[in-house]
Amino acid sequence: MWGCVRPSRIIPLLAALVLTGAAAVAEAPQRVVSVNLCTDQLALLLAAPGQIVSLSRLSQDAESSSMAEAARAYPTNGSGAEEVYLLNPDLVLAGTFTAPTTVQMLRDLGIRVELFAPARSLADVPDRIAQMGAVLGHEAEAEAMIGAFRAELARLSTAPDRRPRAALYYVNSYTLGDRTLAGDILRAAGFDNVAAEAGLEQGGTLALEHLILLAPEVIVSGRDYPGQARAEEVLSHPALRALPGTRVAGTLTDRDWICGTPLVLAAVEKMRALRLSLETGE
Amino acid sequence: MRLAPGLVLLVAVLFVLSLLSGQAPVGAGQSLTALIAGDGTPLAVVMREIRLPRALLAAMIGAVLGLSGAAMQGYLRNPLAEPGLIGVSGASALGAVLAIQTGLSLMFPLALPLAALGMAVLAVLLILALAGPRGASITLILAGIAISALAGALTSLVLNLSPNPFAAADIVFWMMGSLADRSFTHVWLAAPFMAVGALLLASLGRGLDALTLGEDAAEALGIGLSGLRLRLILGTAACVGAATAVAGAIGFVGLVVPHLLRPAVGARPSSLLWASALGGAAMVLAADIAVRELLPARDLKLGVLMALVGAPLFLHLIYKTRKEMA
Amino acid sequence: MSLMTLRDLTVRRGECPVVDHVTLSVGGGECIGLIGPNGAGKTTLLRAALGLLPASGESTLATLPALERARAAAWMPQAREIAWPVTVERLIALGRIPHLPRGARLREQDRAAVEAAIARMGLDSYRARTATQLSGGEQARVLIARALAQETPLLLADEPIAGLDPAHQIATMEVFAALAREGRSVIVSLHDLGLAARHCTRLLMMVRGQLTADGPPGAVLTPQNVDRVFGVSAFYEDTAQGPVFQPMQVTR
Repeated sequence: MWGCVRPSRIIPLLAALVLTGAAAVAEAPQRVVSVNLCTDQLALLLAAPGQIVSLSRLSQDAESSSMAEAARAYPTNGSGAEEVYLLNPDLVLAGTFTAPTTVQMLRDLGIRVELFAPARSLADVPDRIAQMGAVLGHEAEAEAMIGAFRAELARLSTAPDRRPRAALYYVNSYTLGDRTLAGDILRAAGFDNVAAEAGLEQGGTLALEHLILLAPEVIVSGRDYPGQARAEEVLSHPALRALPGTRVAGTLTDRDWICGTPLVLAAVEKMRALRLSLETGE
Repeated sequence: MRLAPGLVLLVAVLFVLSLLSGQAPVGAGQSLTALIAGDGTPLAVVMREIRLPRALLAAMIGAVLGLSGAAMQGYLRNPLAEPGLIGVSGASALGAVLAIQTGLSLMFPLALPLAALGMAVLAVLLILALAGPRGASITLILAGIAISALAGALTSLVLNLSPNPFAAADIVFWMMGSLADRSFTHVWLAAPFMAVGALLLASLGRGLDALTLGEDAAEALGIGLSGLRLRLILGTAACVGAATAVAGAIGFVGLVVPHLLRPAVGARPSSLLWASALGGAAMVLAADIAVRELLPARDLKLGVLMALVGAPLFLHLIYKTRKEMA
Repeated sequence: MSLMTLRDLTVRRGECPVVDHVTLSVGGGECIGLIGPNGAGKTTLLRAALGLLPASGESTLATLPALERARAAAWMPQAREIAWPVTVERLIALGRIPHLPRGARLREQDRAAVEAAIARMGLDSYRARTATQLSGGEQARVLIARALAQETPLLLADEPIAGLDPAHQIATMEVFAALAREGRSVIVSLHDLGLAARHCTRLLMMVRGQLTADGPPGAVLTPQNVDRVFGVSAFYEDTAQGPVFQPMQVTR
């Protein structure tokens, strides 16, 4: 169904940026270890060759990481303080949700740890890119990447004629509202999020019957996890398919929706294509 | 006998209240109109695809659990015998979890209730072997603890080994039971097994009456005890297995309901069968309404409510039978 | 007319025969006392005769289909089990189970049988009481009434009068004797040889699984038999008020 999505213009652009990143500043860190999926990807986009020593194990998981392919060139770590310390890093990249004990331990051992907050909107993405550029000593590349990101986002989020109502629906009846990265992706792609009608701005539980009564035009759900869980059954409930005006768009939100990197543009583009397909009545 | 119409009325009222209970703030008249019209509006979909199967399952599950409890108590002549307490529900949950996690239920949907039934049969056989013909309370409870613990541990193990990140959280569902977001798929999956099980158990009435006088006297009254035992095992396993496969292990129904209704039917085991079926339906319907009204957004598990009501009664019954156990 | 015939009925527990080649026949109108010391095999004989225990040899009752047997012979076990707090009347009505068509309620003749049993055992004032709350002796009488309500040609009762007060022991034995006079037969195991001598028309004397004597009380309760089987001496005389038997001294 999604084979028709146009190949993004972002990826070649990013590749070019990575190559020019070689012009490293003198005091730039030389042994960088990342212990967080999102900092893994930002570092891969901005670091000079040889600057990265190790990435988190999740970086190579194609289900979670948009850059699993590129990450395979690097060794991985299990994000524990002991393991990271033995890699002898001069900079550790972590998320603000990385275990505080790990961060404190590394800092006590005299290692510089930079924390990156998760992106809660598309507007956070340039900030994260700039932050990564600064800590890696590649401010100029970061600037260029931010410019390219803004231009592409503007192109993708031109105001649509009509904004269809959509819902993001996940395992355990969880939904995401406007003040989340996923909600912002939905908004940028030209949809209105029904979570707002239910009074949910961030994430929260939306009972199945509440969702049905909201009757969105599209229901977008998360990735399909391996194995079975009863918590997932709500996504295959017959009621979802009983609404005549609702399209269950299946498992669309994936690795591109998780981290505040320029790769979220692929998610926006995919959702935009979905909206356009609704317009043409496909 | 005025008990029967009273219980039927109670079940009917609770059934309608269950249909009207939910997170969506819609008026009663509007909801019922949508249910009957079924005109494809979102409200009609909610009523027909979400609330109707939920209410039906609550009534069906309650009925078979109450019936199973009354039948087991009649057979073992012990008011503490209950499928949940003696590990039959736990074993069923293990069977269901195995069917789901091995992927068997994806290839062949009936594998889910069948696996639950199979494990339930094993558990009932084990209980009857351990507790003996007249289940003395102490052996019954100890055997039940052992089987419940083993089944619970294996269920947790299987779910913890699952590659799915949400599987481990399912442990609570399987141990406590819930009817949230069940659909007609589940109704049709469970209904045939429940029907067969209920018919088997309903046929036990005369035998259970005769067993009031003990095994010897019952046999001398022309009751075939081995046939009775076989029908009890298969009937209980089919009922509890099917109920657990779609809603998890809901405990205490088969303990509380027969206990409350026994005086009302003059303690006759045969009358207690149908009365407990109706009473069980009423109790699970009421509990399922309560979990939605008390904590609307939290998917409070049915088993939690049942245990809050049932456990004190269980303690009371143990206290009453302590002389027998000493 | 034979109500029950046993031929070489034998029950083994392991190698040891508990009932050893017992042969006897029960006709109509007999009130039979089954006597013998503890462990003589009285209970085992009765249960095997009913087919409740696997046995070799032949019992005409054990070969009947279950329901037919239940209409031919009623059984009152020694263990006085009443599992649920049902009323006395309802408990006695359980005796009608073999006669009721599938799923039917008590019919006119069933009610009559229950009433007759209540009347025979003098339980009219007890009918609405909860059976489990009665005393042991009262429960025994209720359970006898239950067996009577089965209205079978033959009644087998295992120590029905144990634990009854003297008045009720005598009254119960008189009920059995009355049944015999009506043409029905009763086999009752008991330890009170005096009551056995007075009320029974025939005595079966067992020791170590064997039927050692079978006949009218006077022929069975001879000083030699009583000494050999029970190890006691006894006073036995036919008086103006009927036979009197009283064990006197332990002889071993």
